[in-house]
Amino acid sequence: MNLFRLTMLAAFALGISAVARANAGPDSQRQAEILYLLRHDCGSCHGMRLEGGLGPPLTPPALSRLSNEQIVATILYGRPGTPMPPWHPFLSPEEAHWLAGKLRQGATTR
Amino acid sequence: MKHLLLVLLLSLQALAQAECLTRGTGDMGVIIERASGSLLVIDTSEHDALFRVTGLGDLSHASVVFSRDERYAYVFGRDGGLTQVDILCGLIVKRIIQGGNSIGGAISQDGKLVAVSNYKPGGVKVFSAADLSLVADIPATPFKDKRSKTVGLVDAPDQRFVFALYDTGETWILDMTDPGHPGITRFTDTGRLPYDGLITPDGRYYINGLFGEDGLALLDLWHPEKGVRRILDHYGKGEQQLPVYKMPHLEGWAIAGNRAFLPAVGHHEVLVVNTDDWKEAGRIPVHGQPVFVMARPDGRQLWVNFAFPNNDTVQVIDSETLKIIKTLKTGKGTLHMEFTPRGEEVWISVRDRDEIQIYDTRTLELKQRLKARKPSGIFFTNRAHKTGL
Repeated sequence: MNLFRLTMLAAFALGISAVARANAGPDSQRQAEILYLLRHDCGSCHGMRLEGGLGPPLTPPALSRLSNEQIVATILYGRPGTPMPPWHPFLSPEEAHWLAGKLRQGATTR
Repeated sequence: MKHLLLVLLLSLQALAQAECLTRGTGDMGVIIERASGSLLVIDTSEHDALFRVTGLGDLSHASVVFSRDERYAYVFGRDGGLTQVDILCGLIVKRIIQGGNSIGGAISQDGKLVAVSNYKPGGVKVFSAADLSLVADIPATPFKDKRSKTVGLVDAPDQRFVFALYDTGETWILDMTDPGHPGITRFTDTGRLPYDGLITPDGRYYINGLFGEDGLALLDLWHPEKGVRRILDHYGKGEQQLPVYKMPHLEGWAIAGNRAFLPAVGHHEVLVVNTDDWKEAGRIPVHGQPVFVMARPDGRQLWVNFAFPNNDTVQVIDSETLKIIKTLKTGKGTLHMEFTPRGEEVWISVRDRDEIQIYDTRTLELKQRLKARKPSGIFFTNRAHKTGL
């Protein structure tokens, strides 16, 4: 095997692992950061226990009528006409997907 | 050695029994520890924590008022909890869950009633300050299948409370002169989505910040018959409002001379208002979207903190020249500020550093740090004698 093929293989393998990581969502450190953001910053309107405040509750029953895509779109782009701001400057689409999944399972913010 | 043991034993015993202090409370206060549902009772002369009181529920959004003897703190928690804390003993006297979700409260002019502003079920409940028994339940206007959330609850002279209805855009005056027969004066169409309210220190003007449209809603409590009028309704017109990652708070009414200073919602600005005619008198560009704009008690300086993602900074403004005289990097999660009664110090809570930073307001230098768990609101007992706080 020449050096070129070896490099290609390595690059291919790296590419696969990058894809796998994107699908799996954020790494554990980033997950912790997002949950901290959820608890403290989302929590200032939705409550630290996500049971609502100025903003609606984000508990699994409260979210049951929304699709994952709707939740992700609300997180990323906000809700015009309401105080819900767009979070895309701080969260990638993959991270918003991961967060939507977490919320649906009943994210533990403690 | 024997003496040392005795001292050690005695101090251990004191800790175990949480003996009540024998002292005045005028230089005391409480600090909310939002994540652990606890509060610290502190001494502003000694810069020290005296007690940690636990078991106060969800304090993610909490506020505090004091009894007029400055011994009891009434803590309003997010989870609808209303807790009376004896700050001399570091103990909970009584705790009730009065609603599903609440935002704040106020204590009446005579100190006998404590009112709570609720999101769920939307309305205001009034309790006896002595034993937290229910005195009056005031449901808000129906909205969709619920009732409107209430915000910006303050006490006003003549045994009144004033608050706004978030979903239906109203302002209500609640007269509790006869506790058995609460009197309600309703003002409708006062502005879309009022998010908070404040009352001037003399108790005359009540103002709501509006999220849903430009300007602020002003009610002159000397002349309620004139109704609620809009002020500063040109501010923000035709300008792109930035996304708001934390709603400003109007608790602190910053006044210096005939100028009042307010956080601009959705703008990196502090608004300056002339209190003679309620017209805009200028804008001060600042580091981020202001959350609290607080005047030092003498009005000489304004201290401003900011919303996420700029909540690691505090700026100090000269109230005469309107220039920023200091930018302090306090740390992420800088949530609240409180001046000592005569303003020689300001205490600042820095959530992500788990600390309180105490600044000298003359030199603008950091004097001391105090440990606190995820601190948010700081409330000193001199609030007991201030209308609207």
